[in-house]
Amino acid sequence: MVAPTVGPVYGEKPSSVVDFSYVGIDAILEQMRRKAMKQGFELNIMVVGQSGLGKSTLMNTLFKSKVSRKYVQATAQEKIPKTIEIKSISHDIEEKGVRMKLTVIDTPGFGDQINNENCWQPIMRFINDQYEAYLQEEININRKKRIPDSRVHCCIYFIPPTGHCLRPLDVEFMRRLSKVVNIVPVIAKADTLTLEERDFFKQKIREDLRANGIDVYPQKEFDEDQEDRMINEKIREMIPFAVVGSDQEYQVNGRRLLGRKTKWGTIEVENIAHCEFAYLRDLLIRTHMQNIKDITSTIHYEMYRVRRLNENNTGAVHTNGLSDHSAHEM
Amino acid sequence: MIYNDVLLSSLDFDTGEGARAVPLSGHVGFDSMPDQLVNKSVNHGFCFNILCVGETGLGKSTLMDTLFNTKFEGDPTQHNQPGVTLKSNTYELQESNVRLKLTVVNTVGFGDQINKEDSYKPIVEFIDAQFEAYLQEELKIKRTLHSYHDSRIHACLYFIAPTGHSLKSLDLVTMKKLDSKVNIIPIIAKSDAVSKSELAKFKIKITSELVSNGVQIYQFPTDDESVAEINSTMNSHLPFAVVGSTEEVKIGNKMVKARQYPWGTVQVENENHCDFVKLREMLIRVNMEDLREQTHARHYELYRRCKLEEMGFKDTDPDSKPFSLQETYEAKRNEFMGELQKKEEEMRQMFVQRVKEKEAELKEAEKELHEKFDRLKKLHQDEKKKLEEKKKSLDDELNMFKQKKTAAELLLNQAQQLSRTKQ
Repeated sequence: MVAPTVGPVYGEKPSSVVDFSYVGIDAILEQMRRKAMKQGFELNIMVVGQSGLGKSTLMNTLFKSKVSRKYVQATAQEKIPKTIEIKSISHDIEEKGVRMKLTVIDTPGFGDQINNENCWQPIMRFINDQYEAYLQEEININRKKRIPDSRVHCCIYFIPPTGHCLRPLDVEFMRRLSKVVNIVPVIAKADTLTLEERDFFKQKIREDLRANGIDVYPQKEFDEDQEDRMINEKIREMIPFAVVGSDQEYQVNGRRLLGRKTKWGTIEVENIAHCEFAYLRDLLIRTHMQNIKDITSTIHYEMYRVRRLNENNTGAVHTNGLSDHSAHEM
Repeated sequence: MIYNDVLLSSLDFDTGEGARAVPLSGHVGFDSMPDQLVNKSVNHGFCFNILCVGETGLGKSTLMDTLFNTKFEGDPTQHNQPGVTLKSNTYELQESNVRLKLTVVNTVGFGDQINKEDSYKPIVEFIDAQFEAYLQEELKIKRTLHSYHDSRIHACLYFIAPTGHSLKSLDLVTMKKLDSKVNIIPIIAKSDAVSKSELAKFKIKITSELVSNGVQIYQFPTDDESVAEINSTMNSHLPFAVVGSTEEVKIGNKMVKARQYPWGTVQVENENHCDFVKLREMLIRVNMEDLREQTHARHYELYRRCKLEEMGFKDTDPDSKPFSLQETYEAKRNEFMGELQKKEEEMRQMFVQRVKEKEAELKEAEKELHEKFDRLKKLHQDEKKKLEEKKKSLDDELNMFKQKKTAAELLLNQAQQLSRTKQ
């Protein structure tokens, strides 16, 4: 990433030594940066997977703080709920002057029942509800200066480390949801797989995804140019990332590192020789965060909007914004 | 199914209800977000649209050339149109890695008319047309907002003639009409015509006239600490007294942009001589992004609100929501299309009618011609018959004569023979 050039420092009088043909157009980059820092950013991540796959821990590891519901809600018991619940919790985090409102949306109960038919429905409905809320605000005559963005930018799907292939539930879920939201599949608790098992599993998963026509993030069709394609191809060859999460620190070689301590060794979470957490973190946070948000707003949201506006002109509309068509689809 | 509402915070982070501030125990890496955002914008390119309003000969084109350090138009504008027209030109500029699509709109013929009552109208219509185009795009079902070329005017430089006294009434009227639609930055053009002391009085007079007439000019924003100070200082220097020049003169050992007179040289970039540097600083280097934001968040929203209310939409009608906007817009569009079609039909009918009439006329004429022809033919035949009869009777006469002649000759022969035998 190229650091943008900075114009003359403010408060200083522009001296006659300054390049005389310099207009100062590139100062707009600095202006944009200032505005962005002042406004802050929003990010909404949803985590989906069976209970016990380490979703909360991974979120905490990603954001190096206690952002998941386990620590926020004072529930004494962690009972598996009878139906799927959708719980979202927001946090304000700040790093080097950059403020971010992070919302983690948890889906306890997913895939935990005996009969998991249609367990994706509440999640689809939630995602569509967020699009609906945004659309309603956008359509208002008197609308807010900055429409609050509650749309789900990214959905991390946790695949249990069976080592064989994707289960029917995984395929069904990802097939449907990849059409409305950016899905990032991860192999959870990857410390139970050896490297060979891991590679085999990943390949199998990629084949399954391809065979079922599931397009996960980064989607091939949204690559903008050659440069993008090259970067994204490398990522596509590595997904799903095999991750291990931890919020405990241990002493390793004189350094304090996040890891999991076992009798046979300590797994370092941020060591790419041990697991691919660092790649996931870099993808989600350090390089592709803006891109994830852009795809959500310019593609997924627009698709929803087109569908919704067309529906209104033709068919009946339910109160939660889903027409008969999409109800059938689900 | 249970779900909790997503906890939304209000615009300001400080009053974020329900969102807890959580400390981070290590480096996460989202501090790269501003960089990611800036990179995306760099790849996309920027666009900036300036409108220059002012009378003919105030140096609008020259100032644009000076501001952006290029020679924009090849030939000077023709000033021979009757009314006020707006001419817009788009240029692609690049500086380091920033690509800017700059559109400069000039008012040609402003202030040239004898009756200037309607001079402001083409300008207001132009600005509204850009808003309308954006609104149309925004309301489309299949839209491409992120690749839409934004033509809305971000800044309006209003050129004030350097009379040294006060604003002209045309200026006041025009600025009043424009202040709710665009960010106005008033500047004193060709300010080398005004002396320093006169200039100070002139600026004060202009500012007080603007205030007393309730004209809202653009205020450089003072809410961000890093630029608050410089912006508030500059606010007090408005209107900027500028001089433009693309010609270079050697001063000392450097070539500088200047205007050379027999009594001295006015250096454009010398802050003691004029406020050009201040204008460039404020317009481009410090507040370009804010100008764009104000245009979108304030002026455009106002236009949108008024336009939609004018068309009869309301926010508080629960039955017709959602998408009454879309529906009614579409309905109105259909209505217009229907009217259009009706008009087309009418015109078509009229056309068909006319054709029929013409056809009937032509048929009549044809019939007449035929009749005439028949008559003439008959006449001809009659004549011919008569002639033939005459010929026949003449032939008969001729035959009779011949017969008589032969009979007479015979008699003569017989008589001759008789006389011969008698001898």
